[in-house]
Amino acid sequence: MNHFIDLTLSGLSSGAVYAALALSLVIIYQATRVVNFAQPALALISVYIAYTVSQATGNYWLGFGAALVTGLVLGAATERLLIRPVHGRSPLNAIIVTLGLLLVLQGVAGMVWSNEPHSFSYPLDYRGRFSASDWFALGSVAAAALLLFALYRFTPLGLRMRAAAFHPEAARLSGVRVGLMLTAGWAIASLIGALAGMLAAPPFIFPNVLDAVFVYAIAAAVVGGLDNPFGALVGGVLIGLCLSYVSGYAGPELTTLAALAILVLVLSVRPDGLFSRPTARKV
Amino acid sequence: MVSLRNHESTAPAPRARRGGGPGAAGRWRALPALVRFPLAALAAFTAVLALTSLTGPAEDLRIGSVGYYMLAIAGLQLLIGYSGQVSLGHGAFMFIGAYTMALLVLHQPAFPLWLNMLLTVVVSCAAGVLVGAATARLHGPYLAGATLALAVGLPALTVRFPELLGGSNGLAFSVRGAPPALAGVVTTSQWQAAAVWLTALVGLVVLATVNAGRLGRRMRALRDDESAAALAGIPVGRTKVTAFLISAGSGGLAGACQAYLLGTATPSSFTVALSLSLLAALVLGGLGSMWGAFWGAVALVYVELWGQELAHSLSLGTNVANNLPIVFFGVLLILVILIWPQGLHGMFSRLAGLVRRGR
Repeated sequence: MNHFIDLTLSGLSSGAVYAALALSLVIIYQATRVVNFAQPALALISVYIAYTVSQATGNYWLGFGAALVTGLVLGAATERLLIRPVHGRSPLNAIIVTLGLLLVLQGVAGMVWSNEPHSFSYPLDYRGRFSASDWFALGSVAAAALLLFALYRFTPLGLRMRAAAFHPEAARLSGVRVGLMLTAGWAIASLIGALAGMLAAPPFIFPNVLDAVFVYAIAAAVVGGLDNPFGALVGGVLIGLCLSYVSGYAGPELTTLAALAILVLVLSVRPDGLFSRPTARKV
Repeated sequence: MVSLRNHESTAPAPRARRGGGPGAAGRWRALPALVRFPLAALAAFTAVLALTSLTGPAEDLRIGSVGYYMLAIAGLQLLIGYSGQVSLGHGAFMFIGAYTMALLVLHQPAFPLWLNMLLTVVVSCAAGVLVGAATARLHGPYLAGATLALAVGLPALTVRFPELLGGSNGLAFSVRGAPPALAGVVTTSQWQAAAVWLTALVGLVVLATVNAGRLGRRMRALRDDESAAALAGIPVGRTKVTAFLISAGSGGLAGACQAYLLGTATPSSFTVALSLSLLAALVLGGLGSMWGAFWGAVALVYVELWGQELAHSLSLGTNVANNLPIVFFGVLLILVILIWPQGLHGMFSRLAGLVRRGR
């Protein structure tokens, strides 16, 4: 029973990280109908910047701030420079462009910081059952989700962003700068991705450190329904818990395949995820 | 009706114009596919034999690598380019093929090579049916996510079952080279390159024939509009799973060829980067054409070589040199999509068209 509680707690804190990364995928998917396969690479560069800043200044939190700012800038730049030119063309093009960016950024990270792992510190004390770091992960992701909800629900910017995502033509006619709103969506999403990267990377950082986390995040986003931010949060926690049990009772090597199994299982019952509404298709 | 329209919209118009026309090209195209593809493969095989008789062992290995990458990319072409299902897990099928080959050589040393290859195809096709059936209802980003999980998760099995699959060191084995009767005539590396190319070309002929027939037409109709294809009476699920099966079979066969050529099967050679590189090579070569697979495979093998040579000649650090190919492929992938979505094959056929018109 004790083991079970331990697994549940660790599943919760890792689930929070998956939820954050899944949330960043969903925000982008909602705005531009693109699954951003470059998200782990954007987060990776942010974490490496944090590593460099922390090393230079000796202060973890300066690095943390630098990571968030880097995420914001990288997300905006990606949308402006790479995604907009392929917007409205075949969805395969957008997938391939983000995959290309993934390869480039992972390679560049390896070039600049080498493929060898560097040790990367936890934000707070990480020892013991549900440590301060675990609390921090859970708390910061919850705070980010609440802030995001407030932004979308109660601010004029959020209203414009929703309008631009759901009805670009009508939004443009009412004076919303749709392009700017999409860029803002990518920037915010990539900031949340950077937060997830900061939480997921410790204790070591190397160019492929976020690959597995990203797979779990995609699984979480897809299980929740790519269209639904709330679904991404629930999916993240669900995947975190399930994988924690699989890892604890069956072996850590099987977690990725377990994620795949959950994915296939959920999607074979509900092909668009747990929390998606059915949509009409025009033939 | 709908599927017919789709077919016509996807088949290039110039082919029809050139079809029965006079001249060698016209007569060549008038041949039935079952004659034309094997003849082309025979010509390619003769060219490879001639090429390897001139080159040394290291170059033979690279030529062999082009062969199996070509087969893998052609299988991916069928899945992505023709049936429109984006799979990021093609490396997983190469993994299955390579390990099947390694296990067969280690545990059944008496089996001849062709039987091993055949069994590998059967095993990887079975895996393809499993994956295809499980993911048949998924589309677009959902399918890409699921196959990505497969590519990340499957190689981890080797660590889970270290006695059978050799853990992270993988399996090493030695394969028989050229038969003793030919000992003085061909070297082992030439024999291996020829065997890989023969396998790859047979696979390619099968893929091209499938693509030219009814199944290929159905897949293209699915790719262009799934609902319309379903309304026209095309069995959507079955066609998708069949595409997955064929693609997995060629991926597995390519993995078996790689294992045969290198004499090892290690989990570290089947990373996500492999799956993504295959996709990159496919896009670079050109989506929707079997020639694209060849150009993509050449790029995959030789870009890495040139990257190493370039890094060496510029005396760049090892960090830069090790990551040069992956960065190069990433940049290429983005540029091709932004500037030249038809890829290398599109570029070459455009040039050929200009030359022909100029004459």
